[in-house]
Amino acid sequence: MTDPTRLTAHELTDAFRSGAATPSAVTEAYLGRIAKLDGKVRAYLTVTDGRARAAAAASDARYRAGKPLGPLDGVPISYKDVLSTRGVKTTCGSRILESWVPPFDATVVTRLAAAGVVPLGKSNMDEFAMGSSTEHSAFQLTANPWDLARVPGGSSGGPAAAVAGDLAAISLGTDTGGSIRQPGAFCGIVGMKPTYGRVSRYGLVAFASSLDQIGPFAKDVRDAALVLRAIAGVDPADATSVDVPVPDYAASLGEGMRGLRVGVLEYDTAGMDPDVQRAVTAAIDVLKGLGATTQAVTLPTADHGLAAYYIIAPAEASSNLARYDGVKYGLRALGKDLIDMESRTRAAGFGAEVKRRIMLGTYALSSGYYDAYYGKAQKVRTLIRRDFDAAFEHVDVIVGPTTPGVAFKHGEKEDPLAMYLNDVFTVPANLSGNPGISVPCGFSTSDLPIGLHLVGRAFDEATILRVAYAYEQATTWRTRRPELA
Amino acid sequence: MTWEVVIGLEVHAELTTRTKMFCGCPTTFGASPNTQTCPICLGMPGTLPVINRRAIEFGVRTALAFNCRINTACRFARKHYYYPDMPKNFQISQYEEPLAEDGWLEIDVQGGTKRIGIQRLHMEEDVGKLIHDGTLETAPSSRVDFNRAGVPLMETVSKPELRSPEEAAAYLRAFRSVLMYLGVCDGNMEEGSMRCDANISLRRPGATELGTKVEIKNLNSFRNAQRALEFEVKRQAQALEAGEKIVQETRLFDADKGYTRSMRSKEYAHDYRYFPEPDLVPLKLEGAFVDGIRAALPELARAQQQRFVAQYGLPAYDAGILTQSRALAGYYEAAVSALAPGGSTASPASAKAVANWIMSELLRVVPGDDERAIAESPVPPAHLAGLIALIDDGTISGKIAKDVFEKMVRSREDARTIVQREGLTQVADTGAIAAIVDQVIAANPKAIADFKAGKTAAAKSLVGQVMKATQGKANPAIVNTLIEEKLAKV
Repeated sequence: MTDPTRLTAHELTDAFRSGAATPSAVTEAYLGRIAKLDGKVRAYLTVTDGRARAAAAASDARYRAGKPLGPLDGVPISYKDVLSTRGVKTTCGSRILESWVPPFDATVVTRLAAAGVVPLGKSNMDEFAMGSSTEHSAFQLTANPWDLARVPGGSSGGPAAAVAGDLAAISLGTDTGGSIRQPGAFCGIVGMKPTYGRVSRYGLVAFASSLDQIGPFAKDVRDAALVLRAIAGVDPADATSVDVPVPDYAASLGEGMRGLRVGVLEYDTAGMDPDVQRAVTAAIDVLKGLGATTQAVTLPTADHGLAAYYIIAPAEASSNLARYDGVKYGLRALGKDLIDMESRTRAAGFGAEVKRRIMLGTYALSSGYYDAYYGKAQKVRTLIRRDFDAAFEHVDVIVGPTTPGVAFKHGEKEDPLAMYLNDVFTVPANLSGNPGISVPCGFSTSDLPIGLHLVGRAFDEATILRVAYAYEQATTWRTRRPELA
Repeated sequence: MTWEVVIGLEVHAELTTRTKMFCGCPTTFGASPNTQTCPICLGMPGTLPVINRRAIEFGVRTALAFNCRINTACRFARKHYYYPDMPKNFQISQYEEPLAEDGWLEIDVQGGTKRIGIQRLHMEEDVGKLIHDGTLETAPSSRVDFNRAGVPLMETVSKPELRSPEEAAAYLRAFRSVLMYLGVCDGNMEEGSMRCDANISLRRPGATELGTKVEIKNLNSFRNAQRALEFEVKRQAQALEAGEKIVQETRLFDADKGYTRSMRSKEYAHDYRYFPEPDLVPLKLEGAFVDGIRAALPELARAQQQRFVAQYGLPAYDAGILTQSRALAGYYEAAVSALAPGGSTASPASAKAVANWIMSELLRVVPGDDERAIAESPVPPAHLAGLIALIDDGTISGKIAKDVFEKMVRSREDARTIVQREGLTQVADTGAIAAIVDQVIAANPKAIADFKAGKTAAAKSLVGQVMKATQGKANPAIVNTLIEEKLAKV
């Protein structure tokens, strides 16, 4: 058979069921590939080969007994290093948690373990998920498998590069302002942010609690649907998770485009890469050709989304990161007294971007400034939610570009503001809570992947998956793969 | 110069829920350090809080007893400050949308009662404890015990309507009584289950503006609260009379030295950077939930005191002592009803007798506000009722009964068992007593002579001799009658 690391998760489990492959053999293929090629990509911070082999062996036995756990049994996965894994380091890409080993698993990790996945390891990220290039990791630069001189996007650059570089079949990332969809677009794979509240955040080390959401990276839409189904659903340990039934997403993928109303996002093209515009316009034509009706959609308040986001996210981050003080766990620097120890610990443990956001957030929450900043940003957030609600009265899905440009070179965007602009199309769905997915829709003239962004109604992931699937099946982008070796 | 004293109190009460505010850890006091913790109350990365429904119930129960308006939509907020006893370096508390607002509590003041307004009642989580190796200033190191971190805490803020340190102490007593009657707090100030901070200022009588206030922390008993406030009244009055300005600051009461000292001034006031807790959704309190709690509210001490006066004919003083705790009041009513079997009503005499026995004997043995001690009293209500019944039916005298009570305390047996085993049954056989009376009269010609000479006290000494001869077992009423009869014939 072909190299199993090229297969999707559903192709792998088909092979496991037919006996054409075994989880252990596929796991060995992945571990071998990681050993050989991850030195170039640097997607992984920790490779859990022992755990992977044990899980694969258990999966082998289930297939032999004819009792696999489901459509992900035996599939090798990588977890962004912000997801807590019992007994395995969870660094969040930060010096301050360099040796942190959680005594518990995140709910998503527990659920996927129950689905039989094989955990290959923990993948790189911008420190505490703050960034759009994974360059803010305290440990290593991750390369984009399409061009090793370029970034994979971020903050979930590690898990995105792992799937794009065939270093994992599937992976989980987190998306606070675009951190799954943007690296998904940059790496030419499917990346999905579910509705806020759809997936439990228990065990996800918080960046901005009201925006963070866990979601899948996958080689195709069907895999994303399978992973979402496995991790979604209310969790008593997360009070913000919502008790909405989880449908069989994969089962409804083939329902096609007929009757669906597609809203075409009108956006400011200033600063846009023309290749991206062209690809998105062509993708919309494909959707029309599949039977969708289209109409223009505007989100009038979305222009203020980025500004609101850069108040709310740092404010919550400044609070969430207050606990890293050297007292209980993580890094501890020596100091002459308690305050000195805490100050030195935080000075040594956090990188520049994290410090910048802690400062921003602390300021935004300060007495006397709260109403002008945090209060106002929350109002913008309400307005953006209304914009989406109004749009979804007329359309079933909103389509646009995932990012203004394609993957940039390491070190190219040193100005924080230029970096923040990467999130301009993705941030509104975080503020409103709506689900979004990025699906590959072509390549730039420099052969770099471009992502099509689909946003749906809250808790209606089924529709955006269905549209993404119809588009994917009507095009051949997914057959083009980066060559690492 | 005269000053009007203005005091407002903030009371933090640890709730007696079995588990913590936002996780499933037990709340038991006194366990070994850091044995009652989990990733959530240790604030580990990735953990999330989940609201303890029972704690909210306790909060609503208390708010209703304080006649507050319940906010049907309330929410939690994060209060930030760095301190190593607080795992997340923020406390989940409530800020703009507390659980309840605008209530009142009735307190006893000289010559009557007074309503003290309650501004707000909100829920939060407690912090851990630092254990210093030596004093805070000199310790080379300190340890942290997080057992208490996350224990449900209810903060109640009074309006500045207390007008003296005595009123403040009365407020604390009434407050504690309500909490304990509701069963939401054990009221133990020494263990820190109830902690009090006070805001105090002085102003000219008749002034409408408030004076500059000082916050006093660390008031860990009713007495210390009153002492600290009394000191502060004097200190502020002296300063004002000397033409000085009061500095708005936080002061700490040193109970050993009896004075308050400055802890931090307003310039160092924290900016808590409150914002709504994003990990919790706003709490929607359904009408039915609140109504259910309202319907199940127990009778509180003040109402019970009035009922004891009306129902049992007790003096208000007695009723006040018996309602110092729900357990003691329950003990009283159990003993009274045991004396009136079959649902009949106890006589006012036996109701008063029970009150007297509790006040003069039981409370020497068992503290009246200690719920557990009362529940585990060596003399349960039925035994006390049994003892009183033996007096009522003449089996033993009141004097013997006191000895029997002491024996009951020691052995935990009922009165009848002790009386029967030790032969303490009162001699009510008139013939037997008459024989002894005759012997005593025959042996005391001087007393007879005195009596004849008009010294009626001589009769009492004869009664005493008869009682002594019978080791106290003769029925005193019969002895009295017989002596009177015999003397009349002499």
